[in-house]
Amino acid sequence: MENELIQWLSQPGLTHYLMIGALLFCIGITLVLTRRNVIMILMGIELILNSVNLNFIAFSRFSVITLDGHLTALFLIILAAAEAAVALAIVLNIYNRFKTIDIDEISLLKG
Amino acid sequence: MEQSMLHLSLLILFIPLAGFLILVFFGKKLPRQGDWLGTSLIGITLLMALYMLISKISSMSTETLTYSASWVILRNSSFGATSIDLGFMIDNLTVVMLVVVMLVSFLVHLFSIGYMKGDARYSRYFAYLGLFTFSMTGIVLTHNLLMMYIFWELVGVSSYLLIGFWYEKKSATNAASKAFIVNRIGDAGMFIGIMILFIHFSTFTFEPIFSGLAAGDLPFQSTAWLTAAGILIFCGAVGKSAQFPLHVWLPDAMEGPTPVSALIHAATMVAAGVYLIARMFPMLTAEALIVIAYIGAITALIAATIALTQYDIKKVLAYSTISQLGFMVMALGLGAFAAGFMHLVTHAAFKAGLFLGAGSVIFAMHNALHKKNDHHTDAQDIRNMGGLKSRMPVTYWTFLIFTLAIAGVPLTSGFLSKDEILAGTLAFSSLNGHYLLPIIAFTVAGMTAFYMFRLFILTFHGNHADESRISGLMESPLTMTIPLLILAGLSTFVFYSFNPLGASGGWFFSAIERPASMIPEALQPASAEIFNQAVKALHTPALILSVLIAGAGIFGAVWVYEWKKSSADVISQNFGALYKGAFNKWYFDEMYQYVFVGGTFILTKILRWFDEKIIDGIVNGAATLSERFSVMNRWFDENIIDGLVNFTAWFMGILGFVLRRLQTGKIQHYLAFVVLGVLVFYFIFV
Repeated sequence: MENELIQWLSQPGLTHYLMIGALLFCIGITLVLTRRNVIMILMGIELILNSVNLNFIAFSRFSVITLDGHLTALFLIILAAAEAAVALAIVLNIYNRFKTIDIDEISLLKG
Repeated sequence: MEQSMLHLSLLILFIPLAGFLILVFFGKKLPRQGDWLGTSLIGITLLMALYMLISKISSMSTETLTYSASWVILRNSSFGATSIDLGFMIDNLTVVMLVVVMLVSFLVHLFSIGYMKGDARYSRYFAYLGLFTFSMTGIVLTHNLLMMYIFWELVGVSSYLLIGFWYEKKSATNAASKAFIVNRIGDAGMFIGIMILFIHFSTFTFEPIFSGLAAGDLPFQSTAWLTAAGILIFCGAVGKSAQFPLHVWLPDAMEGPTPVSALIHAATMVAAGVYLIARMFPMLTAEALIVIAYIGAITALIAATIALTQYDIKKVLAYSTISQLGFMVMALGLGAFAAGFMHLVTHAAFKAGLFLGAGSVIFAMHNALHKKNDHHTDAQDIRNMGGLKSRMPVTYWTFLIFTLAIAGVPLTSGFLSKDEILAGTLAFSSLNGHYLLPIIAFTVAGMTAFYMFRLFILTFHGNHADESRISGLMESPLTMTIPLLILAGLSTFVFYSFNPLGASGGWFFSAIERPASMIPEALQPASAEIFNQAVKALHTPALILSVLIAGAGIFGAVWVYEWKKSSADVISQNFGALYKGAFNKWYFDEMYQYVFVGGTFILTKILRWFDEKIIDGIVNGAATLSERFSVMNRWFDENIIDGLVNFTAWFMGILGFVLRRLQTGKIQHYLAFVVLGVLVFYFIFV
């Protein structure tokens, strides 16, 4: 049983990567849902984006011999950079307006 | 010749209409308010009518020219095509009547220029005269009953407009309404009569109706229907010619301007009834003719007795008109066709003259009273007159000629026609019995002479009622005296017959013949030949009798009023109840007031009760019912409909209250929902 596990771990395949991706995604989601600091939420989003990148790369490596996945991953990195820039600008504005970046304090849309 | 006759008659018909239209719309803008226009247009038509008369009579034929044009074609499965025609029928009767209408109309136009001077609606007056002339011409020219009826109503309208011409006076508007309503009663009968003929013959035109009758095709195959149709059509004449019992409107119609009374209510329109009988003569049965003769005789007698007692100059003339119309109707009923029609023509001249003369007198009296600022004295009451002879010589002498003519003194036109009618009554009773008719006729002839001379003497002879007024009385202007002179000329015998003692040799009797009866032999009155022979045989006694009776009437009037040998008051007191009855016009107005007006009031009371109790009850019941129903509706609306609406709103409120809890405003909650949602979809679909 232990040998099988070691065996499975020593021979990395698609599943391994996907599992790492899923793990990263879950950590990201958890960060986004639980943290009250906006900066931390943004970091969670970055994790989610990177887990998707990992999946693209993995599928690209293990399935078809094209560079589609690689390219999409590159696009996503650029997108993530842009997103970070916009999001940080929003955060800065939020801070200017509310003097806080605690997401629980900012609930103007409460019904 | 035929074509020129058609064109002339079209022109004669429409020129007065054109005059009416121009004067109605532009009369006030024309110089002198257009009186010259109306007068000269009628003058032109008079010349045309004279030309037609001369060319028709000089050809010495009694042929009938007809012009017909289809107007409406009705298609009906049971009748096939029925054509309603418009057209003219021109025979000697037509042309004579045309000349009478145009001549009197022209002279009245001329007279009115002076008489109506300064009236507020001067041009409107001439417009109405034009309308009347147009309508009367239509009656004379038409060849069918429908056009006859239409123009019949049109003369009624123009008469209404002219009687009520001074509508500021309440009595004038009342008289106009009375004339119109009383005429409508007769016209309703006439319409029923026309429709009886139309339903059977499917045509309004005289000629096919008469030829149908001649072929033995009676309405509904019954002689009773034929007699009824004749009498019903005669009802129209009863109304228009003011015969008993519908004579009550004519005296009141004297509220109109006096020249109008001369034109419409003496010479032409009231003669339309006589003309209608003459036109329908071929279809009248002996029974219908007897009814007509008796109606005429009763009318003549009643009107003459009333005329004996009246003091208003125009009222006396009005009753004398009714009496003379009765004479004409009686003559036609007896079969003295040409005599009756000739009396129409001669009467038109001298009665128009009498009315215009009366107009001249009233005009002078009115001006004299006006000068003295006297607004209380009645300018029409003969008790306020007298002694006008020296002040108004032309009016006096012409009035004398007219009075002699109506009294039936030899050498006048009235003598010729009246003598023929009296001979006709004698001839009729020698053939058929009915001795009452000649007795009434001779009595009325005597009365006529008496009351006309009474009027004449009281107006012109003796001393004037108020000597201070006499200097203000002036002879009327030339436009008023010239028509009098012309009519006086036409009241002499020469225009009708060169023999002053008998008309039967003159052109009139050769031009106007009694039309052949078109109905089955058994229903016909005594034929024209037999009748004419009887008339010829009895002419001399009739002549002597009529001269004697006229002489007696005149002598009586001179005895009482000129020489004052016996007092009129004493005589009237001796007659007592009879005098009182005649003075009060035999209480016809009161009786009609009581029976018809009172009856109408009672009927209205009953109808009012019905309205208030039954109709209003139904209406109010409906209202109450609606009210109850609307209360129920309101409850339903407020509780059920509003309840549903409010419940929906309330439910939505509750729902919103619950669901707003989900809107926390916290972004992480929303995201958690998204993740949960994705997971749910994942588990459902994958």
